[in-house]
Amino acid sequence: MSVAEPKAPVAEKASGAAAPKEGAPKKAESPFRTDSKLERLFAQGEFVVTAEIGPPKSASSKGIRENAKILKDATDGQNLTDNQTAIVRLSSIAAAVHVLAEGGNPVMQMTVRDRNRIALQSDLLGAYSLGIRNTLCLSGDHQSFGNHPTSKNVYDIDSIQLLQTVKGLRDDKKFLCGEDCKINPKFYIGAAANPFGDPFEFRVLRLEKKIKAGADFIQTQAIFDLERFERFMAMARERGLHKKVNIMAGIIPVKSAKAMEYMKTVPGMIVPDEMIARIKGAADQASAGVDLAVEMIQRMRQIEGVRGVHLMAVGWEEKVPEIVEKAGLLPRPKVKE
Amino acid sequence: MIVAEQKSLAEIDQLVRNAKKLLIVGCRECVTVCMAGGEKEVGILASALRLKWENEGHKTEIVTAMLQRQCEPEYVAELEKQLDGVDCILSTACGVGVQYVAEKYPIWTVPALNTKFAGGALEQGVWTEKCGLCGECVLHLTGGICPIIRCSKSLLNGPCGGSHDGKCEVSAETDCAWALIYDRLKKMDRLDLMLELQPVKDWAKSRDGGPRKVVREDVRL
Repeated sequence: MSVAEPKAPVAEKASGAAAPKEGAPKKAESPFRTDSKLERLFAQGEFVVTAEIGPPKSASSKGIRENAKILKDATDGQNLTDNQTAIVRLSSIAAAVHVLAEGGNPVMQMTVRDRNRIALQSDLLGAYSLGIRNTLCLSGDHQSFGNHPTSKNVYDIDSIQLLQTVKGLRDDKKFLCGEDCKINPKFYIGAAANPFGDPFEFRVLRLEKKIKAGADFIQTQAIFDLERFERFMAMARERGLHKKVNIMAGIIPVKSAKAMEYMKTVPGMIVPDEMIARIKGAADQASAGVDLAVEMIQRMRQIEGVRGVHLMAVGWEEKVPEIVEKAGLLPRPKVKE
Repeated sequence: MIVAEQKSLAEIDQLVRNAKKLLIVGCRECVTVCMAGGEKEVGILASALRLKWENEGHKTEIVTAMLQRQCEPEYVAELEKQLDGVDCILSTACGVGVQYVAEKYPIWTVPALNTKFAGGALEQGVWTEKCGLCGECVLHLTGGICPIIRCSKSLLNGPCGGSHDGKCEVSAETDCAWALIYDRLKKMDRLDLMLELQPVKDWAKSRDGGPRKVVREDVRL
Protein backbone atom coordinates (compact mmCIF):
# COMPACT_ATOMS: atom_id res chain seq x y z
CA MET A 1 0.00 0.00 0.00
CA SER A 2 1.48 3.33 -0.92
CA VAL A 3 1.60 6.16 1.55
CA ALA A 4 0.98 9.49 -0.08
CA GLU A 5 3.09 12.38 1.05
CA PRO A 6 1.31 14.48 3.63
CA LYS A 7 0.61 18.06 2.78
CA ALA A 8 3.63 20.23 3.31
CA PRO A 9 3.37 21.80 6.74
CA VAL A 10 2.74 25.49 6.34
CA ALA A 11 4.38 26.67 9.53
CA GLU A 12 7.64 24.98 8.86
CA LYS A 13 7.93 26.71 5.53
CA ALA A 14 7.24 30.02 7.20
CA SER A 15 9.79 29.46 9.94
CA GLY A 16 12.37 28.48 7.35
CA ALA A 17 11.91 31.81 5.56
CA ALA A 18 14.41 34.62 6.02
CA ALA A 19 13.74 36.83 9.01
CA PRO A 20 12.41 40.29 8.13
CA LYS A 21 15.16 42.88 7.94
CA GLU A 22 15.39 45.37 10.72
CA GLY A 23 13.48 48.50 9.95
CA ALA A 24 11.31 46.68 7.41
CA PRO A 25 7.59 47.21 7.96
CA LYS A 26 6.23 44.50 10.22
CA LYS A 27 3.61 42.16 8.87
CA ALA A 28 0.29 42.27 10.67
CA GLU A 29 0.32 39.63 13.38
CA SER A 30 -1.95 36.68 12.77
CA PRO A 31 -4.79 36.49 15.26
CA PHE A 32 -4.24 32.71 15.26
CA ARG A 33 -1.77 30.77 17.32
CA THR A 34 -1.70 27.80 15.01
CA ASP A 35 -2.38 26.68 11.44
CA SER A 36 -5.19 24.51 12.67
CA LYS A 37 -8.42 24.52 10.75
CA LEU A 38 -10.24 23.88 14.03
CA GLU A 39 -8.93 27.11 15.55
CA ARG A 40 -10.21 29.08 12.56
CA LEU A 41 -13.62 27.40 12.51
CA PHE A 42 -14.14 28.13 16.21
CA ALA A 43 -13.06 31.72 15.59
CA GLN A 44 -15.67 31.96 12.82
CA GLY A 45 -18.28 30.89 15.35
CA GLU A 46 -19.03 27.61 13.65
CA PHE A 47 -20.51 24.65 15.52
CA VAL A 48 -17.55 22.33 15.02
CA VAL A 49 -17.86 18.59 14.42
CA THR A 50 -15.09 16.06 14.99
CA ALA A 51 -15.15 12.28 14.86
CA GLU A 52 -13.01 9.49 16.14
CA ILE A 53 -11.13 6.88 14.14
CA GLY A 54 -9.74 3.91 16.02
CA PRO A 55 -6.52 2.64 14.43
CA PRO A 56 -6.39 -1.14 13.86
CA LYS A 57 -4.57 -3.88 15.74
CA SER A 58 -2.51 -4.43 12.64
CA ALA A 59 0.00 -2.81 10.32
CA SER A 60 -2.69 -2.04 7.75
CA SER A 61 -3.64 1.50 6.80
CA LYS A 62 -6.71 0.35 4.87
CA GLY A 63 -9.39 0.95 7.49
CA ILE A 64 -7.95 4.30 8.54
CA ARG A 65 -7.81 5.47 4.92
CA GLU A 66 -11.38 4.33 4.29
CA ASN A 67 -12.65 6.03 7.42
CA ALA A 68 -10.72 9.17 6.63
CA LYS A 69 -12.40 9.27 3.20
CA ILE A 70 -15.82 8.84 4.82
CA LEU A 71 -15.20 11.49 7.49
CA LYS A 72 -13.11 14.16 5.83
CA ASP A 73 -16.02 16.11 4.35
CA ALA A 74 -18.59 15.23 6.99
CA THR A 75 -16.47 16.45 9.90
CA ASP A 76 -13.92 19.18 10.60
CA GLY A 77 -11.38 17.06 12.40
CA GLN A 78 -10.67 13.38 12.88
CA ASN A 79 -9.29 12.08 16.18
CA LEU A 80 -6.83 9.22 16.08
CA THR A 81 -6.80 7.34 19.33
CA ASP A 82 -3.54 6.42 21.05
CA ASN A 83 -3.58 2.71 21.94
CA GLN A 84 -7.09 3.09 23.27
CA THR A 85 -8.00 0.98 26.32
CA ALA A 86 -4.30 0.10 26.46
CA ILE A 87 -4.56 -2.27 23.51
CA VAL A 88 -1.65 -2.18 21.10
CA ARG A 89 -2.74 -0.53 17.88
CA LEU A 90 -1.19 1.29 14.96
CA SER A 91 0.26 4.50 16.40
CA SER A 92 -1.77 7.69 16.47
CA ILE A 93 1.00 9.60 14.66
CA ALA A 94 1.11 7.15 11.76
CA ALA A 95 -2.69 7.02 11.64
CA ALA A 96 -2.81 10.82 11.57
CA VAL A 97 -0.43 10.86 8.59
CA HIS A 98 -2.76 8.49 6.73
CA VAL A 99 -5.65 10.85 7.47
CA LEU A 100 -3.60 13.79 6.17
CA ALA A 101 -2.86 11.88 3.01
CA GLU A 102 -6.59 11.46 2.43
CA GLY A 103 -7.13 15.18 2.88
CA GLY A 104 -8.43 15.07 6.43
CA ASN A 105 -7.56 17.17 9.46
CA PRO A 106 -6.18 14.82 12.10
CA VAL A 107 -6.37 15.34 15.84
CA MET A 108 -3.56 13.21 17.20
CA GLN A 109 -4.40 11.81 20.63
CA MET A 110 -1.50 11.44 23.03
CA THR A 111 -1.59 9.66 26.33
CA VAL A 112 1.06 9.93 29.02
CA ARG A 113 0.79 6.24 29.85
CA ASP A 114 3.40 4.86 27.46
CA ARG A 115 5.91 7.65 26.90
CA ASN A 116 8.07 9.76 29.17
CA ARG A 117 8.72 13.48 28.65
CA ILE A 118 11.58 12.73 26.26
CA ALA A 119 9.49 10.52 23.98
CA LEU A 120 6.39 12.75 24.16
CA GLN A 121 8.29 15.87 23.13
CA SER A 122 10.16 13.98 20.44
CA ASP A 123 6.86 12.72 19.02
CA LEU A 124 5.37 16.22 19.15
CA LEU A 125 8.27 17.47 17.02
CA GLY A 126 7.94 14.53 14.64
CA ALA A 127 4.18 14.80 14.34
CA TYR A 128 4.34 18.50 13.59
CA SER A 129 7.02 17.96 10.98
CA LEU A 130 4.67 15.48 9.29
CA GLY A 131 1.92 18.11 9.06
CA ILE A 132 -0.22 17.26 12.09
CA ARG A 133 -1.69 20.40 13.65
CA ASN A 134 -4.01 19.28 16.46
CA THR A 135 -3.38 17.16 19.49
CA LEU A 136 -5.49 15.88 22.37
CA CYS A 137 -3.65 15.37 25.67
CA LEU A 138 -4.85 12.48 27.81
CA SER A 139 -3.91 10.41 30.85
CA GLY A 140 -4.77 7.19 29.02
CA ASP A 141 -6.58 4.12 30.27
CA HIS A 142 -4.57 2.10 32.75
CA GLN A 143 -2.66 -0.75 31.11
CA SER A 144 -4.49 -3.29 33.26
CA PHE A 145 -7.48 -2.86 30.89
CA GLY A 146 -5.54 -3.75 27.79
CA ASN A 147 -3.88 -6.70 26.14
CA HIS A 148 -0.54 -6.25 27.91
CA PRO A 149 -1.65 -5.99 31.53
CA THR A 150 1.79 -7.04 32.81
CA SER A 151 3.49 -4.03 31.22
CA LYS A 152 5.12 -1.19 33.12
CA ASN A 153 3.38 2.15 32.83
CA VAL A 154 5.19 5.45 32.53
CA TYR A 155 3.19 8.40 33.85
CA ASP A 156 6.34 10.49 34.02
CA ILE A 157 4.09 13.52 33.57
CA ASP A 158 0.31 13.77 33.80
CA SER A 159 -2.18 14.99 31.22
CA ILE A 160 -2.27 18.52 32.66
CA GLN A 161 1.51 18.69 32.56
CA LEU A 162 1.40 17.45 28.94
CA LEU A 163 -0.88 20.39 28.13
CA GLN A 164 1.71 22.70 29.70
CA THR A 165 4.42 21.00 27.67
CA VAL A 166 2.64 21.41 24.33
CA LYS A 167 1.80 25.02 25.16
CA GLY A 168 5.35 25.75 26.32
CA LEU A 169 6.71 24.47 23.03
CA ARG A 170 4.20 26.53 21.07
CA ASP A 171 4.03 29.82 22.95
CA ASP A 172 7.40 30.02 24.70
CA LYS A 173 9.45 27.96 22.23
CA LYS A 174 10.79 26.02 25.19
CA PHE A 175 11.20 22.37 25.94
CA LEU A 176 10.04 21.18 29.34
CA CYS A 177 13.64 21.37 30.58
CA GLY A 178 13.76 25.08 29.70
CA GLU A 179 15.96 24.75 26.63
CA ASP A 180 14.98 26.64 23.49
CA CYS A 181 13.17 24.95 20.64
CA LYS A 182 13.95 27.21 17.70
CA ILE A 183 11.64 25.72 15.09
CA ASN A 184 8.81 24.88 17.41
CA PRO A 185 5.66 22.80 16.92
CA LYS A 186 2.51 24.93 17.09
CA PHE A 187 -0.32 22.61 17.95
CA TYR A 188 -3.93 23.47 18.56
CA ILE A 189 -4.26 21.94 21.98
CA GLY A 190 -7.09 19.71 23.12
CA ALA A 191 -7.93 18.17 26.46
CA ALA A 192 -10.57 15.80 27.71
CA ALA A 193 -13.12 16.54 30.39
CA ASN A 194 -15.29 13.99 32.08
CA PRO A 195 -18.45 15.46 33.63
CA PHE A 196 -19.36 11.93 34.70
CA GLY A 197 -16.24 11.24 36.72
CA ASP A 198 -16.15 11.88 40.44
CA PRO A 199 -15.92 13.92 42.57
CA PHE A 200 -18.50 15.76 40.44
CA GLU A 201 -17.97 19.18 42.07
CA PHE A 202 -14.28 19.01 41.20
CA ARG A 203 -14.83 18.27 37.51
CA VAL A 204 -15.37 21.89 36.56
CA LEU A 205 -12.39 22.98 38.66
CA ARG A 206 -10.31 20.38 36.84
CA LEU A 207 -11.55 21.77 33.54
CA GLU A 208 -10.35 25.17 34.72
CA LYS A 209 -6.95 23.70 35.55
CA LYS A 210 -6.73 22.28 32.04
CA ILE A 211 -7.54 25.68 30.55
CA LYS A 212 -4.85 27.29 32.70
CA ALA A 213 -2.44 24.59 31.58
CA GLY A 214 -3.05 25.38 27.91
CA ALA A 215 -6.18 23.71 26.55
CA ASP A 216 -7.72 25.49 23.54
CA PHE A 217 -10.51 23.00 23.07
CA ILE A 218 -12.17 20.30 25.11
CA GLN A 219 -13.71 17.03 24.01
CA THR A 220 -15.88 15.58 26.74
CA GLN A 221 -16.50 12.00 27.73
CA ALA A 222 -19.54 10.52 25.98
CA ILE A 223 -22.73 12.10 27.24
CA PHE A 224 -25.84 10.08 27.97
CA ASP A 225 -26.82 11.70 31.26
CA LEU A 226 -28.06 15.05 29.96
CA GLU A 227 -29.15 16.36 33.33
CA ARG A 228 -25.68 15.91 34.80
CA PHE A 229 -24.02 17.40 31.71
CA GLU A 230 -26.26 20.46 31.90
CA ARG A 231 -25.33 20.91 35.56
CA PHE A 232 -21.67 20.62 34.57
CA MET A 233 -22.10 23.26 31.86
CA ALA A 234 -23.97 25.57 34.24
CA MET A 235 -21.06 25.36 36.67
CA ALA A 236 -18.60 25.95 33.83
CA ARG A 237 -20.57 29.03 32.72
CA GLU A 238 -20.66 30.34 36.30
CA ARG A 239 -16.88 30.41 36.22
CA GLY A 240 -16.83 31.86 32.69
CA LEU A 241 -14.99 28.81 31.35
CA HIS A 242 -17.17 28.50 28.23
CA LYS A 243 -15.63 31.75 27.02
CA LYS A 244 -12.07 30.64 27.66
CA VAL A 245 -12.15 27.30 25.90
CA ASN A 246 -14.09 25.66 23.08
CA ILE A 247 -16.10 22.86 24.61
CA MET A 248 -17.13 19.99 22.34
CA ALA A 249 -19.70 17.55 23.67
CA GLY A 250 -18.78 13.89 23.30
CA ILE A 251 -21.39 11.65 21.71
CA ILE A 252 -21.30 7.92 21.08
CA PRO A 253 -23.79 6.73 18.46
CA VAL A 254 -24.95 3.38 19.85
CA LYS A 255 -25.66 0.31 17.74
CA SER A 256 -27.58 -1.61 20.38
CA ALA A 257 -28.89 -1.66 23.94
CA LYS A 258 -26.26 -4.30 24.67
CA ALA A 259 -23.50 -1.84 23.80
CA MET A 260 -25.06 0.66 26.21
CA GLU A 261 -25.23 -1.96 28.96
CA TYR A 262 -21.50 -2.48 28.51
CA MET A 263 -20.74 1.26 28.56
CA LYS A 264 -22.64 1.53 31.80
CA THR A 265 -20.00 -0.67 33.44
CA VAL A 266 -17.07 1.49 32.28
CA PRO A 267 -15.70 3.60 35.16
CA GLY A 268 -16.40 7.27 34.52
CA MET A 269 -19.45 6.69 32.29
CA ILE A 270 -23.09 7.13 33.20
CA VAL A 271 -25.80 5.65 30.97
CA PRO A 272 -29.34 6.19 32.31
CA ASP A 273 -31.52 3.07 32.33
CA GLU A 274 -34.42 4.83 30.59
CA MET A 275 -32.16 5.58 27.65
CA ILE A 276 -31.14 1.92 27.42
CA ALA A 277 -34.83 0.93 27.64
CA ARG A 278 -35.62 3.26 24.75
CA ILE A 279 -33.10 1.56 22.47
CA LYS A 280 -34.06 -1.89 23.75
CA GLY A 281 -37.69 -1.25 22.92
CA ALA A 282 -36.98 -0.17 19.34
CA ALA A 283 -37.76 -2.51 16.43
CA ASP A 284 -34.49 -1.49 14.78
CA GLN A 285 -31.98 -0.74 17.52
CA ALA A 286 -29.26 0.57 15.21
CA SER A 287 -31.60 3.02 13.58
CA ALA A 288 -32.89 4.10 16.99
CA GLY A 289 -29.23 4.63 17.96
CA VAL A 290 -28.74 6.96 15.01
CA ASP A 291 -31.87 8.89 15.96
CA LEU A 292 -30.67 9.16 19.55
CA ALA A 293 -27.29 10.53 18.41
CA VAL A 294 -29.03 13.10 16.19
CA GLU A 295 -31.29 14.12 19.06
CA MET A 296 -28.30 14.44 21.40
CA ILE A 297 -26.48 16.69 18.91
CA GLN A 298 -29.55 18.90 18.66
CA ARG A 299 -29.79 19.08 22.45
CA MET A 300 -26.12 20.02 22.66
CA ARG A 301 -26.62 22.88 20.22
CA GLN A 302 -29.12 24.36 22.64
CA ILE A 303 -26.71 24.41 25.57
CA GLU A 304 -24.91 27.71 26.00
CA GLY A 305 -21.16 27.23 25.85
CA VAL A 306 -21.17 24.03 23.82
CA ARG A 307 -19.22 24.92 20.70
CA GLY A 308 -19.31 21.62 18.89
CA VAL A 309 -19.66 17.87 19.09
CA HIS A 310 -17.19 15.03 19.04
CA LEU A 311 -18.61 11.79 17.65
CA MET A 312 -17.09 8.55 18.84
CA ALA A 313 -18.60 5.96 16.53
CA VAL A 314 -15.92 3.34 17.06
CA GLY A 315 -16.34 0.62 14.45
CA TRP A 316 -19.35 2.47 13.05
CA GLU A 317 -17.63 5.40 11.39
CA GLU A 318 -19.66 4.96 8.20
CA LYS A 319 -22.75 6.17 10.05
CA VAL A 320 -21.22 9.52 10.97
CA PRO A 321 -22.05 11.40 7.72
CA GLU A 322 -25.69 10.31 8.02
CA ILE A 323 -25.85 11.46 11.65
CA VAL A 324 -24.21 14.80 10.88
CA GLU A 325 -26.57 15.30 7.94
CA LYS A 326 -29.68 14.41 9.94
CA ALA A 327 -28.53 16.85 12.63
CA GLY A 328 -28.59 19.57 9.95
CA LEU A 329 -24.85 20.11 10.10
CA LEU A 330 -23.95 19.40 6.47
CA PRO A 331 -22.27 20.71 4.47
CA ARG A 332 -19.41 21.53 6.81
CA PRO A 333 -18.29 25.15 6.75
CA LYS A 334 -15.16 26.30 4.98
CA VAL A 335 -12.41 28.37 6.53
CA LYS A 336 -12.96 31.96 5.47
CA GLU A 337 -10.03 33.74 3.89
CA MET B 1 7.44 -0.72 57.28
CA ILE B 2 8.39 -3.06 54.47
CA VAL B 3 5.57 -5.45 53.68
CA ALA B 4 6.41 -8.81 52.17
CA GLU B 5 4.65 -12.04 51.32
CA GLN B 6 5.99 -15.57 51.30
CA LYS B 7 6.58 -17.29 47.97
CA SER B 8 4.68 -20.54 47.44
CA LEU B 9 6.09 -23.67 49.01
CA ALA B 10 6.46 -25.20 45.54
CA GLU B 11 8.60 -22.27 44.36
CA ILE B 12 10.72 -22.26 47.51
CA ASP B 13 11.21 -26.01 47.15
CA GLN B 14 12.63 -25.51 43.66
CA LEU B 15 14.95 -22.74 44.88
CA VAL B 16 16.56 -24.80 47.64
CA ARG B 17 16.06 -28.43 46.68
CA ASN B 18 19.62 -29.05 45.54
CA ALA B 19 21.13 -28.05 48.88
CA LYS B 20 22.70 -30.62 51.18
CA LYS B 21 22.30 -28.45 54.25
CA LEU B 22 19.86 -25.55 54.17
CA LEU B 23 19.83 -22.66 56.65
CA ILE B 24 16.57 -20.74 56.90
CA VAL B 25 17.18 -17.29 58.38
CA GLY B 26 14.38 -15.10 59.71
CA CYS B 27 14.29 -11.42 60.64
CA ARG B 28 12.67 -9.86 63.70
CA GLU B 29 11.80 -6.52 62.09
CA CYS B 30 9.20 -5.64 59.42
CA VAL B 31 8.66 -9.18 58.16
CA THR B 32 7.88 -10.32 61.69
CA VAL B 33 5.26 -7.59 62.02
CA CYS B 34 3.69 -8.44 58.66
CA MET B 35 3.81 -12.13 59.51
CA ALA B 36 5.85 -13.18 56.51
CA GLY B 37 9.32 -14.01 57.78
CA GLY B 38 9.52 -13.90 61.58
CA GLU B 39 10.36 -16.72 63.98
CA LYS B 40 6.95 -18.30 63.66
CA GLU B 41 7.00 -18.28 59.86
CA VAL B 42 10.55 -19.67 59.75
CA GLY B 43 9.42 -22.57 61.96
CA ILE B 44 6.38 -23.29 59.84
CA LEU B 45 8.36 -23.09 56.61
CA ALA B 46 11.03 -25.46 57.95
CA SER B 47 8.36 -27.97 59.04
CA ALA B 48 6.54 -27.75 55.73
CA LEU B 49 9.72 -28.41 53.74
CA ARG B 50 10.77 -31.26 56.04
CA LEU B 51 7.36 -32.89 55.70
CA LYS B 52 7.29 -32.50 51.94
CA TRP B 53 10.78 -33.87 51.50
CA GLU B 54 10.18 -36.76 53.89
CA ASN B 55 7.16 -37.80 51.86
CA GLU B 56 9.19 -37.58 48.67
CA GLY B 57 12.21 -39.38 50.10
CA HIS B 58 14.31 -36.29 49.43
CA LYS B 59 17.22 -35.63 51.76
CA THR B 60 18.22 -32.07 52.60
CA GLU B 61 19.10 -31.18 56.15
CA ILE B 62 17.37 -28.05 57.46
CA VAL B 63 18.57 -25.77 60.24
CA THR B 64 17.11 -22.40 61.24
CA ALA B 65 18.30 -19.12 62.73
CA MET B 66 16.85 -15.72 63.64
CA LEU B 67 18.51 -12.33 63.27
CA GLN B 68 17.34 -9.15 64.93
CA ARG B 69 17.74 -7.25 61.69
CA GLN B 70 19.04 -8.66 58.39
CA CYS B 71 19.57 -5.19 56.93
CA GLU B 72 22.51 -4.37 59.22
CA PRO B 73 25.98 -5.92 58.87
CA GLU B 74 26.56 -6.26 62.65
CA TYR B 75 23.55 -8.50 63.02
CA VAL B 76 24.28 -10.47 59.85
CA ALA B 77 27.77 -11.22 61.22
CA GLU B 78 26.09 -13.23 64.01
CA LEU B 79 25.27 -15.95 61.48
CA GLU B 80 28.94 -16.90 61.20
CA LYS B 81 28.78 -19.57 63.93
CA GLN B 82 25.76 -21.32 62.42
CA LEU B 83 27.12 -21.89 58.94
CA ASP B 84 28.97 -25.14 59.45
CA GLY B 85 28.26 -27.35 56.43
CA VAL B 86 25.57 -24.99 55.13
CA ASP B 87 25.57 -24.78 51.31
CA CYS B 88 22.38 -22.77 50.86
CA ILE B 89 20.76 -19.95 52.84
CA LEU B 90 17.06 -19.24 52.51
CA SER B 91 16.35 -15.76 53.85
CA THR B 92 12.85 -14.84 54.99
CA ALA B 93 13.80 -11.16 55.19
CA CYS B 94 12.82 -8.49 52.68
CA GLY B 95 14.99 -8.02 49.59
CA VAL B 96 17.31 -5.77 51.58
CA GLY B 97 18.03 -8.48 54.14
CA VAL B 98 18.63 -11.13 51.48
CA GLN B 99 21.27 -8.90 49.90
CA TYR B 100 23.09 -8.22 53.14
CA VAL B 101 23.33 -11.94 53.82
CA ALA B 102 24.42 -12.72 50.25
CA GLU B 103 27.07 -10.01 50.34
CA LYS B 104 28.51 -11.23 53.63
CA TYR B 105 28.90 -14.96 52.91
CA PRO B 106 30.15 -16.95 49.90
CA ILE B 107 27.11 -19.22 50.18
CA TRP B 108 24.24 -19.46 47.68
CA THR B 109 21.48 -17.28 49.20
CA VAL B 110 17.89 -17.16 47.97
CA PRO B 111 14.74 -15.23 48.95
CA ALA B 112 11.77 -16.93 50.58
CA LEU B 113 9.61 -13.81 50.24
CA ASN B 114 8.41 -11.43 47.58
CA THR B 115 9.03 -7.93 48.92
CA LYS B 116 5.89 -5.96 48.14
CA PHE B 117 5.90 -2.36 49.33
CA ALA B 118 6.31 0.27 52.02
CA GLY B 119 3.04 0.32 53.87
CA GLY B 120 1.14 -0.79 56.91
CA ALA B 121 -1.72 -2.85 58.21
CA LEU B 122 -5.28 -1.97 57.31
CA GLU B 123 -6.72 -4.65 59.55
CA GLN B 124 -5.54 -8.04 60.85
CA GLY B 125 -4.20 -9.90 57.83
CA VAL B 126 -4.51 -7.00 55.38
CA TRP B 127 -1.65 -4.66 54.49
CA THR B 128 -1.71 -1.73 52.15
CA GLU B 129 0.83 0.35 50.25
CA LYS B 130 1.29 3.88 51.55
CA CYS B 131 4.58 5.36 50.36
CA GLY B 132 6.09 5.44 46.86
CA LEU B 133 9.63 6.09 48.19
CA CYS B 134 9.92 8.76 45.49
CA GLY B 135 12.61 10.74 47.26
CA GLU B 136 10.72 14.04 47.42
CA CYS B 137 7.66 13.98 49.63
CA VAL B 138 4.53 15.79 48.46
CA LEU B 139 2.23 14.87 51.34
CA HIS B 140 2.00 18.53 52.42
CA LEU B 141 0.24 19.24 49.11
CA THR B 142 -2.18 16.37 49.26
CA GLY B 143 -3.59 16.29 52.75
CA GLY B 144 -1.29 13.48 53.83
CA ILE B 145 -2.37 11.02 51.11
CA CYS B 146 0.34 9.85 48.71
CA PRO B 147 -0.67 10.25 45.04
CA ILE B 148 2.61 8.83 43.80
CA ILE B 149 1.82 5.32 44.95
CA ARG B 150 -1.87 5.37 45.86
CA CYS B 151 -2.98 6.77 42.48
CA SER B 152 -2.60 4.04 39.84
CA LYS B 153 -1.23 6.65 37.45
CA SER B 154 0.90 8.61 39.97
CA LEU B 155 -0.91 11.77 38.92
CA LEU B 156 0.15 15.02 40.52
CA ASN B 157 -2.91 16.80 39.13
CA GLY B 158 -5.67 14.29 39.71
CA PRO B 159 -8.17 12.76 39.66
CA CYS B 160 -8.34 11.37 36.13
CA GLY B 161 -11.64 10.69 34.40
CA GLY B 162 -11.73 7.14 35.70
CA SER B 163 -12.52 8.10 39.29
CA HIS B 164 -15.93 6.70 40.08
CA ASP B 165 -17.80 6.78 43.39
CA GLY B 166 -14.50 7.24 45.19
CA LYS B 167 -12.99 4.19 43.50
CA CYS B 168 -10.16 3.80 41.02
CA GLU B 169 -10.83 2.74 37.42
CA VAL B 170 -8.37 -0.10 37.89
CA SER B 171 -10.39 -1.87 40.58
CA ALA B 172 -13.62 -1.28 42.44
CA GLU B 173 -11.75 -2.41 45.56
CA THR B 174 -9.15 0.34 45.29
CA ASP B 175 -9.89 3.79 46.64
CA CYS B 176 -9.21 6.64 44.24
CA ALA B 177 -6.36 8.46 45.99
CA TRP B 178 -7.44 11.76 44.45
CA ALA B 179 -11.00 11.32 45.66
CA LEU B 180 -9.55 10.80 49.16
CA ILE B 181 -7.34 13.86 48.70
CA TYR B 182 -10.31 15.94 47.53
CA ASP B 183 -12.46 14.92 50.50
CA ARG B 184 -9.66 15.56 52.95
CA LEU B 185 -8.68 18.97 51.51
CA LYS B 186 -12.32 20.01 51.38
CA LYS B 187 -12.80 19.04 55.02
CA MET B 188 -9.63 20.93 55.97
CA ASP B 189 -10.69 23.94 53.88
CA ARG B 190 -7.54 23.63 51.75
CA LEU B 191 -9.04 22.92 48.31
CA ASP B 192 -6.89 25.79 47.03
CA LEU B 193 -4.03 23.28 46.97
CA MET B 194 -5.84 21.18 44.39
CA LEU B 195 -6.44 24.15 42.11
CA GLU B 196 -2.72 24.83 41.73
CA LEU B 197 -1.01 23.33 38.69
CA GLN B 198 1.56 20.99 40.15
CA PRO B 199 4.73 21.03 38.05
CA VAL B 200 6.39 17.95 36.60
CA LYS B 201 8.14 15.80 39.15
CA ASP B 202 11.88 15.35 39.48
CA TRP B 203 12.02 11.60 39.14
CA ALA B 204 15.81 11.73 39.34
CA LYS B 205 15.26 11.85 43.09
CA SER B 206 13.42 8.55 42.75
CA ARG B 207 14.88 5.31 41.40
CA ASP B 208 15.02 6.84 37.92
CA GLY B 209 18.17 8.69 38.97
CA GLY B 210 19.89 5.33 39.50
CA PRO B 211 20.49 3.54 42.81
CA ARG B 212 20.24 6.10 45.59
CA LYS B 213 22.36 6.85 48.60
CA VAL B 214 21.78 9.06 51.62
CA VAL B 215 24.97 10.54 53.04
CA ARG B 216 24.88 12.31 56.42
CA GLU B 217 28.23 13.97 56.99
CA ASP B 218 27.19 15.03 60.48
CA VAL B 219 26.87 11.46 61.68
CA ARG B 220 29.68 9.80 59.73
CA LEU B 221 32.59 8.39 61.70
